This record gives sequence, structure tokens and C-alpha cells, in this order.
Amino acid sequence: MKLRPLHEIHTRRFGRNLGVGLVLALFVALVFGLTVVKVTSIGPMPAFDHVVRPELLPQGGE
Amino acid sequence: MTDIHLAEQAPEAGFGDYVQLLKPRVMSLVVFTAAVGLLAAPVSMHPFVAATAILFIALGAGASGALNMWWDADIDAVMQRTRDRPVPAGRIAPDEALALGLALSGIAVVMLGLAANWVAAGLLAFTIFFYAVVYTMWLKRTTPQNIVIGGAAGAFPPMIGWAAATGGISLEPALMFALIFMWTPPHFWALALFMKDDYANAGVPMLTVTHGRRATRAHVLAYTLALAPLAVGIGFTAIGGWVYLAVAVALNLWFIRGAVAIWRRDEAAAETDRYAVEKRFFGFSLSYLFLHFGALLVEAALRAQGWGAWG
Repeated sequence: MKLRPLHEIHTRRFGRNLGVGLVLALFVALVFGLTVVKVTSIGPMPAFDHVVRPELLPQGGE
Repeated sequence: MTDIHLAEQAPEAGFGDYVQLLKPRVMSLVVFTAAVGLLAAPVSMHPFVAATAILFIALGAGASGALNMWWDADIDAVMQRTRDRPVPAGRIAPDEALALGLALSGIAVVMLGLAANWVAAGLLAFTIFFYAVVYTMWLKRTTPQNIVIGGAAGAFPPMIGWAAATGGISLEPALMFALIFMWTPPHFWALALFMKDDYANAGVPMLTVTHGRRATRAHVLAYTLALAPLAVGIGFTAIGGWVYLAVAVALNLWFIRGAVAIWRRDEAAAETDRYAVEKRFFGFSLSYLFLHFGALLVEAALRAQGWGAWG
């Protein structure tokens, strides 16, 4: 018997699977784009880790 | 082997059937009116965020369409206009339509909240609830005023678009809401006049069925007359201007003329020319709404250039 690596259901549902795949890819791209826009639109932020924050240093050099 | 044979016989849904479940034609109107609401607002949004917000407003509208098709599958199967929809045609199971509608509703509301703000998301959630529960499950089969109150669901998108941009609502989006709300009854009753037996066969209490065709013609005229000052009045608010006013006056004169023609006709005259006047009025009603919102878009573009009519 000849081995068929591609089942009939794969060809029958190709359009449906392709559509769902494209919609999911678009959704991922949208979330990524939204993240980039949101993060870049809030302006510069101080990096709190391993960085000296001048506003937290005691005043008058004490 | 029998099972395989049966599986081949059963109609299988393609991707297009799932798209059809979301009522793409209604979605296109939602995209347009929501975009106008968003662009007419006095607060500018990042273009990507604005496009995303409009997309999720449209998705929410599509989700409510899927819920509508799930609930109405029995009457859709009876009506000629709707019998080829995916659920009554047997290509998509009712439970699948329900699941898709609920899932997409949740995704659309949460994503609109994250992309824009939670006022807009709350309005979208209410719109979906209003269309799916208040209109589809409750009013559509119980009152001849179904179209009037149900029209509110279709009127919310510009208000949601405005809320997405500003984080609140004011007079202008309320007037855009009122424009679509008042436009819906004459639009659908004109359709009901020439889709003669569809609603009666399905047992939907359309005005044509419960109060007769003479009363429906009078209602079309009454709503069209009430709509005209409202539509023109928008021209004097912050989102209006000379372009909008000129368009609104011309369109409303034409619309009233059509409504008077419908009112003056009797059934014999309508049968003679196969409802030509009613069909023309229905076709024009689509352009009517599109051109009003198109004019608001032009006014928004003029204001962005510093050419706003009212300062």
C-alpha cells in the first residue's frame, strides 16, 4: 500500500487552516505593534536597576 | 468506511463561512462610522492605535453578528434573504457560532480596553449585549418596534470611536448616534415593504405585518421628517461646517421627497412597478448615511488643516 504523508483532510481544510493561521499571525503582529507604540509613546524612563538615582541621594552631600 | 463516506457528504465550513458569520457588510459600515467618530474627535490618536481600536470595534460588531446568527437560525432558515447563512444552511453548527461569538466578544472588548481605554471597551461590551440580548433575543420577536430600539445597537460605533479617542462622550457623538438611530427605521421599513412575505413567514412582528403596509408607509415618512432637522443640526456643532451643511440639506431634501413618494403610493401602484420607489429609497438610504459620515470626515480633514468653519 502506498504511504500517503498528506491526509485528504489536510488538502480539504487547507483554506480554513491557512485563514486561521493568517488571522493568528495578524493578531500577534497587532499585539507586538501595540506594545511598541505604547512603550515608545510614554517617553524616556529611568532604568531603576543598577543605576544611581540622583533624586534618592541624601541632600547636602551627607 | 461508512463514517468516512458520511463525512464527505456533509457540507463543511470553509474559512469564508466563518467570515460570513461575522456579517462583513455590517462590519464595513461599523468600520466606517467608528472611524469617523474617532477622526472627528478633538483628540488625536497614534495612527496604529487608532487602526487597532477600529479593528476591534468591528470585531465586536462581528461577534454580535455571530451571536445573532446563532439565536436566529430558526427564522433565518425560513426567510429567503437569510436561508443561505452558514448556520441555517448547516455548514456551521449553532454551538460553534455561539462559541465563536462569545470568544470574539471577549477578545474585542479586552483588546479595545488595552489599546484605547475602558470607557470605549465598556461601550462596546454594552453594544454587543444590546444587539445580542436586548434586540435579537428579546425585542425582535416580541414588538413591531424591534427595528427602532434595535437600531440603537448599530448607532453606537461612532460613539465608541469618539470614546476611544477622548476617553469620554459628549454632544457630538450623541448626535452621530441619533443620526444612525433615526435613520434605521425608514431604512429597514422600506426593505420590509418590498421583502413582502419574508418577515410574515418567519413570524417576525415587523410593522408591515402587525400594523399593515399603509401604517408602515406613514411611519417611514414620520421618521424621515424627524431625521432631517437632526441630520442638518449636526452641521452647527463643532464637528460640522459648510461642506457638511450643504451635503446634509441636499440629502435630506432628497430623502424626504422619497419618503413622501412612498407615503403617497398604495399597494396597487407599488405592485405595478414591483416596488421600484421603495427599492430606490432603500438603495438611496445607504448612500444617505455614507455621505453624511463622509462629509463629517471631510470637515475633520478641513479642521486638521486649520480651515474649520466654526473656528
